[in-house]
Amino acid sequence: MASITMDNLGKVYTGNVRAVSDVNIDIADGEMIVLVGPSGCGKSTLLRMVAGLETITEGTLKIGDRVVNQLEPADRDIAMVFQNYALYPHMTVFNNLAYGLKNRGFKKDEIDRRVREAAAMLEIGQFLDRKPRQLSGGQRQRVAMGRALVREPAAFLFDEPLSNLDAKLRVQMRVEIRQLQKRLATTSLYVTHDQLEALTMADRLVVLNGGRIEQIGTPMEVYLRPATTFVAGFIGSPAMNMLPAAYLSGLVAADAFAHIPVAADLVGLRPEDLSLAPAGEGEISLTGQLMLLEPAGAESHLHLTFEGIKDTIIARLPHVPDVQEGSHLTFSIRRDKLHPFDCNTGKRVA
Amino acid sequence: MQTKRMTFSNSWLPYALLAPQVIVTLIFFIWPASQALYQSFLRQDIFGLRTTFVWFDNFNRLFADPLYLNSLTVTFWFSVGTTVLSMSVALLFAVMVNRMIRSRDSYTTFLVWPYAVAPAIAGVLWWFIFNPSIGIMPYMLKGFGYDWNHRSSSTDAMILVIIAAAWKQISYNFLFFLAGLQSIPQSLIEAAAIDGASRFKRFWTIIFPLLSPITFFLMVVNIVYAMFDTFGVIHATTEGGPAQATNILVYKVYRDGFVNLNLGSSAAQSVILMGIVIVLTVIQFRYIERRVNY
Ligand SMILES: Nc1ncnc2c1ncn2[C@@H]1O[C@H](COP(=O)(O)OP(=O)(O)O)[C@@H](O)[C@H]1O
Ligand SMILES: [Mg+2]
Repeated sequence: MASITMDNLGKVYTGNVRAVSDVNIDIADGEMIVLVGPSGCGKSTLLRMVAGLETITEGTLKIGDRVVNQLEPADRDIAMVFQNYALYPHMTVFNNLAYGLKNRGFKKDEIDRRVREAAAMLEIGQFLDRKPRQLSGGQRQRVAMGRALVREPAAFLFDEPLSNLDAKLRVQMRVEIRQLQKRLATTSLYVTHDQLEALTMADRLVVLNGGRIEQIGTPMEVYLRPATTFVAGFIGSPAMNMLPAAYLSGLVAADAFAHIPVAADLVGLRPEDLSLAPAGEGEISLTGQLMLLEPAGAESHLHLTFEGIKDTIIARLPHVPDVQEGSHLTFSIRRDKLHPFDCNTGKRVA
Repeated sequence: MQTKRMTFSNSWLPYALLAPQVIVTLIFFIWPASQALYQSFLRQDIFGLRTTFVWFDNFNRLFADPLYLNSLTVTFWFSVGTTVLSMSVALLFAVMVNRMIRSRDSYTTFLVWPYAVAPAIAGVLWWFIFNPSIGIMPYMLKGFGYDWNHRSSSTDAMILVIIAAAWKQISYNFLFFLAGLQSIPQSLIEAAAIDGASRFKRFWTIIFPLLSPITFFLMVVNIVYAMFDTFGVIHATTEGGPAQATNILVYKVYRDGFVNLNLGSSAAQSVILMGIVIVLTVIQFRYIERRVNY
């Protein structure tokens, strides 16, 4: 068990390719941090720097109280779960789990005890004599987890471990990994490009874009107060709607915007904050045309066009309304649900 | 396995399409092979005037002949030596080249060149390099106090033919090993590094076992090469000498048949060689079918 401290970490690959800049993250002991961002934003690079698989070109990295910049992966006391699982194909499941312990000179009965314990925890006990190719995707994923568990390391590192599973299994494994992590209280750094995975699994999540941190916070902090337009667009599905502030202020009485700073020229609006109820006290009212109704069982997504706004606006309702496509609908919006941004800097202004 | 079924409107067309291959096989393989088989049951007198059918007598004589038994032993050590040398050097090169990033392709090109050199030319090359009177190697070895002479020392002669035969095969093995190394996912090596395995241990516990299908395939190919494809090397360097020390089976077939004109014995020897090839090929096919199973 240990904390992980990243102090101004940066990575420049040979050939002057910059992948990561100025990363400062303090991971508390036992905390699960999720790194999330689009493909190519440097998540894997950062994780691999922590693992010791990529050299650190800038900044310092501490695991516990030790600076580990120069240490080999084996000496950092971490375990990693790879996207393709990286199981040793010529070894049985037992030997896959035992390999790291054997290399570290554990006694035979200690290895046996730990492997069986981890296998029981992950319910792969009956597969110990099989080779990886004789397992399903989900079972391989468990073996990969098991290989990390048996070592009882100071930290777990996960690089998109669920992205090779089908949707249903992904949800199931997501829950299991999180429960396991909470039970063992092992410090974890988890990389994903899936915002839902990030929101559901993280103690705190770190949104990366172009190798830089956009925002660090608990899932609800990030969801309710996205710090930049990038975060606003990336976290949440369907994505947050963006409207020009001028459009809204032209539409409603100026006092409706009293709480929004002048610098704001872009206003974000979550799809679920558009409501079909009649506008009440202090609420904004907007009328748009319904272009497409997507029913999704328990909820529905309404694709709308508003005169004067070229982008389609999406509203999310907790039911499927009985309305015709092409009809005009009036929505009400609570003023405190508006997210003001400066479109030049992309930053939130209040 | 799923096979595609084609239907031809013309019933003779499939036969016509197969014909060239069948004809080539008949003329250059089946006919000479059956001739050899037939000849191996015959014996000619020394002037080639009378031929008698002797059943398995040629074979019986061979296995009673100390020279032939010697040739079997020589062939065994020559094949093992050539295979081990060419494969281990090739693997070493492949591992080193695989570590490179930018210069990988140019090294690969250079390392493949020897394969384009004909065995006889390679033989002559090594004949010069190791020539006891004018060669560079004997000169250098003398500096270390070793008196190289493959014309009188059987060991030196064997070492010479093994080096000469292995040299060319290194290219071929190298290409296969390099392809094999590149097909091992990098993440496996990384996982092993995190699992606390040293470079050396990673090689022997992860990389080498994963290369085993390729290693086995190359082993068979190299043995076949050493046994059947090295006539030119032997002919250009030692001519089987000194004192039969490098007289491998193929070379002996040639010597007994075309120099000593003992056609019956020579044919019997080539029939035995044919049997060995068939066995090796069967082993290889058997194994290749199962080679995905580590
Ligand atoms: N070995 C490398 N050499 C050079 N550039 C690399 C290397 N690995 C990754 N990159 C670059 O670094 C950036 C971040 O990559 P990566 O960390 O893999 O992104 P992610 O995991 O978020 O998809 C990308 O632009 C990628 O092209
Ligand atoms: Mg990645």
